[in-house]
Order: sequence, then C-alpha cells, then structure tokens
Amino acid sequence: MELLVASAIGVLTGGGIYLMLRLRTFPVILGISLLTYAVNVFLFASGRLSIGGPPILRDGVEFYADPLPQALVLTAIVISFGMTAVVVMIALGAYLGADDDSVDDPAEPSTGEVK
Amino acid sequence: MTHWIVAPIVLPALLAPFIVLAARYHIGIQRVFSVAGVVALIAIAAGLMWQASDGTITLYQLGDWAAPFGIVVVADRLSTMMVMLTSVLALFVLLYAIGSEWDDRGRHFHALFQFQLMGIMGAFLTGDLFNLFVFFEVLLIASYGLMIHAGGNARLRAGVQYVLFNLLGSTLFLFALGSIYAETGTLNMADLAQRVTLIDPAETVGVRLAAVLLLLVFAIKAAVLPLHFWLPSSYAEAPAPVAALFAIMTKVGAYAIIRVYTMVFSPDLEVTAGLHTTWLLPAALASLAIGMIGILAARHFDRLVAFAIIGSMGMVMVSISLFTPTSITAALYYTVHSTLAGAALFLIVDLVRSGRANLRLTAQPVVPGAVLTSALFFAAAIAMAGLPPLSGFLGKLLVLDAAFDSTSTAWIWAIVLISSLIAVVGFSRAGSVLFWKAKATPAPEEDATEEDAAAPATLSYVAVGGLLSLLVAHTVFAGPATRYMTGVSEQLFNPAPYIATVLETPGKLSTPTEGY
Repeated sequence: MELLVASAIGVLTGGGIYLMLRLRTFPVILGISLLTYAVNVFLFASGRLSIGGPPILRDGVEFYADPLPQALVLTAIVISFGMTAVVVMIALGAYLGADDDSVDDPAEPSTGEVK
Repeated sequence: MTHWIVAPIVLPALLAPFIVLAARYHIGIQRVFSVAGVVALIAIAAGLMWQASDGTITLYQLGDWAAPFGIVVVADRLSTMMVMLTSVLALFVLLYAIGSEWDDRGRHFHALFQFQLMGIMGAFLTGDLFNLFVFFEVLLIASYGLMIHAGGNARLRAGVQYVLFNLLGSTLFLFALGSIYAETGTLNMADLAQRVTLIDPAETVGVRLAAVLLLLVFAIKAAVLPLHFWLPSSYAEAPAPVAALFAIMTKVGAYAIIRVYTMVFSPDLEVTAGLHTTWLLPAALASLAIGMIGILAARHFDRLVAFAIIGSMGMVMVSISLFTPTSITAALYYTVHSTLAGAALFLIVDLVRSGRANLRLTAQPVVPGAVLTSALFFAAAIAMAGLPPLSGFLGKLLVLDAAFDSTSTAWIWAIVLISSLIAVVGFSRAGSVLFWKAKATPAPEEDATEEDAAAPATLSYVAVGGLLSLLVAHTVFAGPATRYMTGVSEQLFNPAPYIATVLETPGKLSTPTEGY
C-alpha cells in the first residue's frame, strides 16, 4: 500500500508540475489542481497509513488511526477547491477581456494606463 | 481580559460580513464602519502592545482547549508590534482609498479590506503552524479580490499570475506541513520547538526537508530572489491603496521566517544548522541587488516602486539571515521603515497617475498638484533609498552594524552600500523626469481630458503625509524604538517562557483525569 500511495503522489506531483510549466492558463490551472490532489493525499499519509483503525479513543481498542490529518485534509480540500474556483473565474475574465489566455505578460506591457 | 487577544481577528471578521450584508449599496456607511473598525483596531493593538511591552506573554485558548490539542493565539512583543504596524498602516491606506475614491470604482472594497486585515492579524497572532496556513489563505483570498478591484485587462492578467503563484506557494506550504506532521506529530509551534530537539540526529532527513520547504514558502511570501517574480507586475497593476496595503504582506513572510526560525528551527539547532547562512543570505543579498538595479532600470514609475519593495525586502532578509539578536533588532526596525515608506511610495504613484496619461518615465506635461506631490515623492524617495536624515539611513546603519561580526561582512557591506548608490541614482532619475522635465514639456493645446485632470483630493495628501510623518517619528524616536525592538529580539532568542506559557497553561484536556 505504501508503494501505491507514494507512487500515486509522485505521479500526480510530476504531472502537476509539468502542466504548470505550460504557457496557457487552462493547463496551468489543471496542473495546480493535480498538485492540490497530490498534497491532499500526502497530508492524509502524514498520519501513517492504516486500515480499519477507529479515529476516536474508546475503551478496549488498541490500534487507532490518527484523526488530525483527516481534519487537515478536509481544510486543505475546502481551501484548494475555493482557490481553484477563484482562479478559474479570474482567468476567464482575463481571457474574455484580452482574447488571449497566455500566462505571460504581453510583449509590450501596458502598465500605467489610466484605468 | 485575555479575550482581547482575539479581538484583532474577530473584529474585522465580524465587520466584513456586516458591511456586505447591511451596507451593500451605501458607500458612505461602508466607509464609516470601515474607518471606525480600523480605529478600534489601533486602540486594541495599542492596548495589547502595552500589555506585552514588559515581556508578558499572554495566551488565548480557543474553546478553552489546552495546547497542543487546541488552537492557541499568542500575544508577545513581536506579534503585538506587527499588529500595531498593520492597523496603523491600514488606517492611512483606508483614508487614501476614500480620498481618491478608489473604493467606489468596484464592489466590496471595504469588506475585502477587512477580511484582508483579519488574515494578516491572524497570521501575526497564531501559535499554530496549520492555523498560520489558514490565515495565509484568508489574507490571500481577500487579496485576490482586492488585486482585481475595479477590473481592467492588464489588472486581470496580472491577477491570474498572482493567484497562480500563490496557489503554488500554498501547495508547497501544505507539503511542508505534511512532512513536519509526519516527522514530529504536532503542528503547534511551541510543542514543535520541544520535539525537534529530541529527534535523533541520524534520522533528520524529513525534518530538514520540511525546514527547507517552509523556508521556501515564506521566501515566496517575502519575495526573496529567485521567488520574487510574482511581485513586480502584481504590485504595479494592483489598485494603489491595495498595493500600499500589500506592503505589509511581504512582511508577513519575513515575520513567519523570524518566528519559525528563532523558535522551532533555531540557528543553534544541529538539524538545520547552516540553512540561513548558506541559502538565505546569498538569496537576500541578490534580491537587494536586483531590487535596487530594478529601480534604475524600470521604465514605468509603478514598476520602479515594486522593485524598491523587493530591494527593501532584500535588506530585511539580509539582516534576518544573520540571526543574531542585534541583526533581528535591525531587521525589525527596517521592517517598520520599509512598510511605511513602500506604502507611501505606492500612494504617490497613484497621485502621479491621476494626472498623466500613463506612468512611463518620460517627460510629460505637469501633473496637477505637482508641487506637493513632488515634495512628498522627494521625502519618500530619500527614506526608501536610505539617505539621511530619514529612518532608512538609520535602518541601514543598524544592519551594517549588525553585519560587522558576520563571516561575510565584506559582501554585505559592499552590496548594501553600492545598491544604495544605485537606488539614489534611480530615484533621482525618476524624480527629475517626472517632475522637472515636465516643466519643459508644454501642455497640449486642445486638452480633452481637462475635467479629469483635477488635483488629487486633500484626504489623499493627508494619508500620504501621515505615512511620511510616521516615518519622521520613526526616525526621531529611533532610540525608544530600537530599545523596544531589542526587547523583542531578546524575547525571540529566549523562547522558553513562550513555550512554557503555551504548553503549561491549563485548559480542557490538559489533564487526562478530567473525564474528557
């Protein structure tokens, strides 16, 4: 199981980084999403991988799963989901406004115009 | 009375939804509540600072759960000082936003502003690393909204870059937190400080990795080279009051580095020894150099100020990376100075922008209100470039003095002094092109934009003047200020009382016999 989870995290991270280095916003956003999936699984694994252990202290149970990473993952999922939604909206706005979805600055920066 | 510690977080957190829900269509009411909230924040911050000034560390356990199980909010000298700096800065930025009517050019400026304050205050006050992450996200998500306030293509595009870069930073932060938790089983900073000393020196790979990842995350926030690429375009494109408020955001990164790397991964800890001098110092020197060269190279006034911010962050980081009590004192003094000077410069950019077609550093007709604007620019540029008599000069002296015992004194002195010279040249070039050459350029005959070209409002000048007078006060009262900051760094380098306060204050779950 360790090998499976670890390689899944590795593949997700690698794919995410590759996509993030692309020039257009859509692949970059996909890459960021893949990275957040990878980090969610990684956080989940930080409390050690175990099967069938109850997360709450009870009498007569010797073996527990760590409940804290689960709470952390929940927070991380909510935050990354919200952030991805925000970046999709902003990127859509930038694309519709400029008719161009490159991540880079335009060749001639148009700073300083009165807006 | 300990409930006051969470007030800087709770007050803006309640005020922001109130502004959205109750005063959505009434900009006047929003302004009143926003300003009243920030004034109240200053009062609370002053109270907290006074309480912490004698070295007391006060703790607030949310829900009365004892650390390390519950989340704690801690007010010590450093936290309260940063909270005070933020609230004072916020007041002047808010006055400027109202005076220049930036807040009326889009929706929800005041609500987002309050959420941003909540995030910054929370980041300064929290005693828990995961909570630090959450407050980083709060301040970031508010800053995304503020960054694209009033819209426009260039701004949206810069906004995309800004959001993507920070999302990447947040992901890295989570990776760092995951590795710390996997290695130590805790994320409470005080608890962590105790546990990392117990790690077997032979099995420190995970903790080293986590320490480096965490440093990377904070370096992204602090815009240290080579992680500064997000800063120039996003600060230049952001609305001026927002960019001025962002001047404190880079300092959140600096604060986090000071906090975590004095308490948790302290310089004398064997596991992470050499991290600061090997990696942080060269990077900081490089960002100081690049920032100041950027001042000279910039072709637009707003980019120039953005590079000035990078340069001054470089100066702060140089001082931090030495990690001695005197260098932290110098870093704190320079932090306050650079926040105020950077914010004032961004507001001055906007004063200039309001009277010109663009911000290119070329000779163009005289901007309205040029006399006062140029005087303010002169003062702010002197402060930022570190010329006497303003506080930038004193800050630089403190940094140079602190670097005297370092192993790389020659490098630090050379780069600080040469880069100061470059900054002086860059600022004088910008000032003379913007204000003196303008005299020689006749105004166009048929001025179509005459009704736009009114001089900026008095309140805008009050805000900028207020920031500059704070700089003057920071210079005049440099003695008491450095004494206070020496106290701050003494407290930082003696973390035992902090750790004891956090871990030994009783609360729920602190003793297992209570029946929980």
